[in-house]
Amino acid sequence: MQPNDPILTLRDVQVHFPIKSGILKRTSGHVRAVDGVDLDVYRGEVLGLVGESGCGKTTLGKAILQLVRATNGTVTYQGDGGETELTTLDDAGLFAFRKRLQIVFQDPHSSLNPAFTIFGSLEDPLRHYGVKTRKERRKIVGDLLEAVNMRRESMDRYPHEFSGGQRQRIGIARALSIQPELVVCDEAVSALDVSIQAQVLQLLMDLKREKNLTYVFITHDLSVTEFLCDRIAVMYLGKIVELCDAEELYSNTLHPYTEALLSAIPVADLDRKSQRIVLEGDVPSPVNPPSGCPFHPRCRYAQPVCRTDVPQLRRYRGKSGQHLAACHLIDHPLAD
Amino acid sequence: MTDATVTRPRTRRDAQFDRIRDREAKLAGTTQRKGRFLSKFLNNRLAVIGFAIFAVICLMSLFAPLIAQHDPMSPNLRAIAKPPSAEHWFGTDKTGRDIFARVLYGGRVSILVGLGSALLSALIGVIIGVYSGYVGGWLDWIAMRISEIFMSFPQIILVLLLVAILGQSLVNLIVIFTLTGWGGIYRMARARMLSIREEEYVQALRSFGLGPARIAYKHMLPNALGPIMVNITLSTAAFILQEAGLSFLGLGVPLSIPTWGNILNAAQDLRVLEQNWWIWLPVGATISLFVLSVNFIGDGLRDATDPSQQG
Ligand code: SF4
Repeated sequence: MQPNDPILTLRDVQVHFPIKSGILKRTSGHVRAVDGVDLDVYRGEVLGLVGESGCGKTTLGKAILQLVRATNGTVTYQGDGGETELTTLDDAGLFAFRKRLQIVFQDPHSSLNPAFTIFGSLEDPLRHYGVKTRKERRKIVGDLLEAVNMRRESMDRYPHEFSGGQRQRIGIARALSIQPELVVCDEAVSALDVSIQAQVLQLLMDLKREKNLTYVFITHDLSVTEFLCDRIAVMYLGKIVELCDAEELYSNTLHPYTEALLSAIPVADLDRKSQRIVLEGDVPSPVNPPSGCPFHPRCRYAQPVCRTDVPQLRRYRGKSGQHLAACHLIDHPLAD
Repeated sequence: MTDATVTRPRTRRDAQFDRIRDREAKLAGTTQRKGRFLSKFLNNRLAVIGFAIFAVICLMSLFAPLIAQHDPMSPNLRAIAKPPSAEHWFGTDKTGRDIFARVLYGGRVSILVGLGSALLSALIGVIIGVYSGYVGGWLDWIAMRISEIFMSFPQIILVLLLVAILGQSLVNLIVIFTLTGWGGIYRMARARMLSIREEEYVQALRSFGLGPARIAYKHMLPNALGPIMVNITLSTAAFILQEAGLSFLGLGVPLSIPTWGNILNAAQDLRVLEQNWWIWLPVGATISLFVLSVNFIGDGLRDATDPSQQG
């Protein structure tokens, strides 16, 4: 992995959904699902995107793929042909880039069309990208299924005949069918049993090595990311609050929110302090985010300044010198 | 296009997955999708009975010339308003026409009107609803308003209007039923689309850059077919009742053509109602039987296609 070769650059990305109310459908407010995200995704890395549900991580993933369009800000793709700003392209212009960016979904039950065989579901994208004959498409789909450790013959069966883990493998096969460079895995293993999770994760990592993929791995589960990700971005209410190397995040946690998330993981390791920090209350509504630091109503270190000033994402030394966090108090030692 | 066949050294995981595959292979291969649908439908006794009645009435109407011994149109002045007999199974009406023959021939037109209107309005409703429901936005807004206009129009006034302008005819009746009927099926198709739209496989297709028409009609529509078929059967029944109602009032198909409604029309006369029960009872019973059987079929289809009852 070359650290300074970004494949994707996000600058001040915002996704706001208007809330319509009344008979006249006037916009009465906005859901700030993603609220100003700066992020580089490096070629060949696994970037974890972590946060509670409702923090905007899934929306951010979809904004990367242009499945939802950013209200503001830019998403730039850097390939062999130079830079392209995806956020300014229309559907026709996006076509060439769709095949570079793909997604694996969370729910294995809704990710495959129940009315189609596996081949029926997988062949249309291939045809769309110019695989003309049925024979060729059958060969490709068969190869793909074998690549995710399924039988070739599975392609003529219907989704309901498969287990959750199998369907998830088929979903991975579909995402790889047009040879993407970057794959967004949106809670790709969260719906699976723990034992099957491990297999699917292992499969994802093998495929990454074989095909030189880059992953953006979206999850709420910090115990999954530890073994998988090179870097981790922690999101809260549409903003990135901490971003650094995975190892660093676990060994030198800076942000109080990350600290609370980490304390919720059950640990077998006796060295790690396992005192659980309970987060009180729910995630505040992204319609009216709290003033100042969005985390202050739940933060156990909150100071008066947190209520009024928005903390900026600042750089800290850490081990790699690349540790970003957004909190007023990090300059001072955290009280314990 | 892919290099999925690239050979790589076998790892322990491969062996692990091989074992899983073998286990999967043993479990697999017993369920059949089409078979499940059919067996569920056949298990529903009412639906099967309904289908049998439906088939008998349809076939008898279709082969009316072979079954009926009398011409449904020609009056017989020597047999006016005669009760049922071996010669005239359902008796004769006030101009001496054989009622059994009229019910058979009338079924042809009534079923044509009911089924034809239902299919036409389904065609229109599905084409508009599937696309606008998936795409949303202003197109959806316009389609919704148009359907509201048509559905809020009192049907009887529309009928009067069209009869006044175009005159009574079979085609006009089908046109009227289609115009007033497509809204319901459109709304249903649209609602189905709105919920299917959020499914992840649709998102996946979008992430491949497939066009909206292709996603909506090819990939999403098959998942909405169950409720659409149910809706077609139920609206067939409703249209047949409406035809009977309108013809009874003398506003439907021209009285010269026998339809179930037109035969009933004779019962407007109070004396017929009181003294010549055979003129209106058999045809009334036929209508009820037919509508009931179609409704049973609709219920059976609904249960058989209900995705919440996988099994
Ligand atoms: S800025 Fe204040 S409220 Fe926000 S995380 Fe830091 S200490 Fe907590």
